[in-house]
Amino acid sequence: MSLQVQELPFGARLRHRVGVVADSFRRNPTMLFGVVVLLVMATSAFLAPWMGLPEPMQQSPRDRLQPPSSDALFGTDMYGRDLFSRVLHGGQVSLVVGLSVAALATSIGLLIGLISGFIRSVDAVIMRLMDALMSIPSILLAIALVALWGSSVQNVILALTIPEVPRVVRLVRSVVLMLRDQLYVQAAIACGTSTPRILIRHILPNTIPPLIVQATYICAQAVIFEAYLSFVGAGTPPEIPSWGNIMAEGRMFFFQTAGIILYPGAFLALTVFAINTFGDGLRDALDPRMQRRV
Amino acid sequence: MYVYIIRRLVATIPIMALVAVFVFMLLHLSPGDPAVIIAGDFASEEQVNSIREALGLNDPLYVQFGGWMINLLQGDMGNSIYSGIPVTKLIGQRVEPTLMLTLCTMVIAISLAIPLGVIAAWKVGTWIDRVVMTFAVFGFSVPVFVIGYLLILGGSRALGWFPVQGYTSIFESVPGFLSHITLPALTLGAVYMALIARMTRATMLEVLNEDYVRTAYAKGLATRKVLTKHALKNAMVPISTTIGLGVALLIGGVVVTESVFAIPGLGRLTVDAVLRTDYPVIQGVILVFSFTYVLLNLAIDLTYVLFDPRIRY
Repeated sequence: MSLQVQELPFGARLRHRVGVVADSFRRNPTMLFGVVVLLVMATSAFLAPWMGLPEPMQQSPRDRLQPPSSDALFGTDMYGRDLFSRVLHGGQVSLVVGLSVAALATSIGLLIGLISGFIRSVDAVIMRLMDALMSIPSILLAIALVALWGSSVQNVILALTIPEVPRVVRLVRSVVLMLRDQLYVQAAIACGTSTPRILIRHILPNTIPPLIVQATYICAQAVIFEAYLSFVGAGTPPEIPSWGNIMAEGRMFFFQTAGIILYPGAFLALTVFAINTFGDGLRDALDPRMQRRV
Repeated sequence: MYVYIIRRLVATIPIMALVAVFVFMLLHLSPGDPAVIIAGDFASEEQVNSIREALGLNDPLYVQFGGWMINLLQGDMGNSIYSGIPVTKLIGQRVEPTLMLTLCTMVIAISLAIPLGVIAAWKVGTWIDRVVMTFAVFGFSVPVFVIGYLLILGGSRALGWFPVQGYTSIFESVPGFLSHITLPALTLGAVYMALIARMTRATMLEVLNEDYVRTAYAKGLATRKVLTKHALKNAMVPISTTIGLGVALLIGGVVVTESVFAIPGLGRLTVDAVLRTDYPVIQGVILVFSFTYVLLNLAIDLTYVLFDPRIRY
């Protein structure tokens, strides 16, 4: 015996989803602000190579530590490199790190969380491992990993992903545990649906809204942590500018040109602020039950 | 109660053991020869071999791990590769500044953030609420060291109230200590304050909807009393959980803050060890921070009794 579930056509479902998102923008103008800022940051970072700016790595020792002028909008750094160009280009690495960490951490965490929540025999073992991983402060773990693996963008991404995974696992697992006892899941089990199918068809979709919200927070945090890693000397290599390593390299010259930290710092802060407000808006729109999460 | 405390302490042993295993395995799970990783790419054959010898990397893995674990249980974390000084001694020398900085930060942050959160929840939707919450989101968004440099620029450079960098022990001079610790504590506290203020506001909003709060108002209790005695006390359990978990942020921030303000603490030790790939030191610092974090959160769990008499251990 098989049950047939009447489903709305795909077009209608899509229109509904789009409507929900559009509504939340209308109700929540700060979320719109966040999205606009993010889009501006992303386009300026990724279009920077075609904007006719000086090369971000091009040194000219005679023009070192110049104040802002019409030639160099943000002035120049200690090697005479154009700071504006470097800050715009630096957005690429910072944004790529943020997005990759968010995507990787949520997908790995989702997989482990689904398994841990639904297959009881492995649950205890997985959760103890996660507890242990969570008791190591994230930045320290990331610092140690980059120190051992060497500094490259990929290693920074991986090193920032690993400490985030346990929190995602916990979140997914808690949703799965809540849903397992729901009647519709019990019904699916009773109908003889296979475990993978139950997980994918009935449980997975419900984990998506809280996960998306969590992903925005992970992304925001990863952008900041990338800067911390650079700052302590375990960050992305200096050949590619990132907001973090521009500030890390420039800190010795802060008292001569405060802009060397303040400009990239302001870009970074604005981006993280935008990601956070976007996340808060999404949370209110997608998952009212989660409102108490900080 | 005592039975409960002991049971919880025992329950943390497997977690700490797992942390130790993780920390031990980090080096061995890294791609490449551990001795080469530590010695660096430019080291000579002899240097690599001497490191391999010093760390016992020639032994089978289980022998290495067993030896390391036995030493660890005896309070021996090995010697620094760079200076040869025992790691426990290095850490012991650096504990005071970090501990003082963290404590001052916690005191300042908690005593400012909880009142701010309560006020924001009380005046929800007004401009006061919005100002507090905007500050909170900013605290989340600005990197610790940018806040630090801004404070140096304002507090030391422009106003000249505080020394730019450095540290004076409280045992040497109390005024010197206070003037050196204020800016770092504010720097480090920004994210922590943001976190606590947001959590306080969110929990208070929930509690303020409860019937007993309405009853308290109805019987004519002063607003201040309702907020503190009735609402805040009930909100304290989730708030103190956040205070405990937020310490992870502080530990990360300490590493950065100490390098901005040139404070000779554990954070500085970590940064130096990272630059020299001095792995025994990195290992030791991670272990010390993680164990402190676990024990602190256990201690906070135990304080719930103070806020909620329904909780009995």
